[in-house]
Amino acid sequence: MIRTAITDQAINAAALLEEVTSDATGATTLFLGTVRDVNDGRAVTGIEYSAYTAMAAEELQRIAEEASLRFDGLRIAVEHRVGTLALRDVSVAIAVAHARRAPALETSRFIIEALKQRVPIWKREQYVDGDRQWVDPTTQHVSAAAP
Amino acid sequence: MNQLQVLLFASYADAFGASTVTVAVPDPATVADVVGALRSLPGGDVLPEAPLVAVDRRYTRGPVAVHAGQEIAVIPPVAGG
Repeated sequence: MIRTAITDQAINAAALLEEVTSDATGATTLFLGTVRDVNDGRAVTGIEYSAYTAMAAEELQRIAEEASLRFDGLRIAVEHRVGTLALRDVSVAIAVAHARRAPALETSRFIIEALKQRVPIWKREQYVDGDRQWVDPTTQHVSAAAP
Repeated sequence: MNQLQVLLFASYADAFGASTVTVAVPDPATVADVVGALRSLPGGDVLPEAPLVAVDRRYTRGPVAVHAGQEIAVIPPVAGG
């Protein structure tokens, strides 16, 4: 099974875990991206996520479908949130279940890396001093890249 | 000439002051014609020479033809996750 979504609601990670787990799955991974308090050396108070929603939904689904071709029997649920998020809020959740751990772990990594490369979502960070900036991963220091 | 609507997002929408811009391009036109027309508008200097362009919600590569009725979008560097 595959389910992906772009949502403006808080992500319920437990519900995603429940969704992918079955009698046949012996390994379940959950990746969460959360808002952290510093990026590129600046103190962050929140992040505003926006998306080209129609394409983001389609591209996220394409990524999950590509991932599902790499191993038989994967169960995948992915949600990415948009809107204004506070520190610790979950921006993305990727739940993957499989009979075995290696496919589950590899698929989770595959999806988050492809998502960050391809899904048309943007974030504008809000800083302690009131300034706001669009994040451009192509110009940031590698060590300061987002999760 | 042909009038095409282009969707803009995030930093590009800010630079142009709009989330939709209409450009005049030759008929037939390519993605490069659309980008060239955008770059000549106020705010257009924010665009690189070859930004990511999506047509009908799929990324394009190379000299892809575009025409009225398609959903054309110029995509700033993505930053999901």
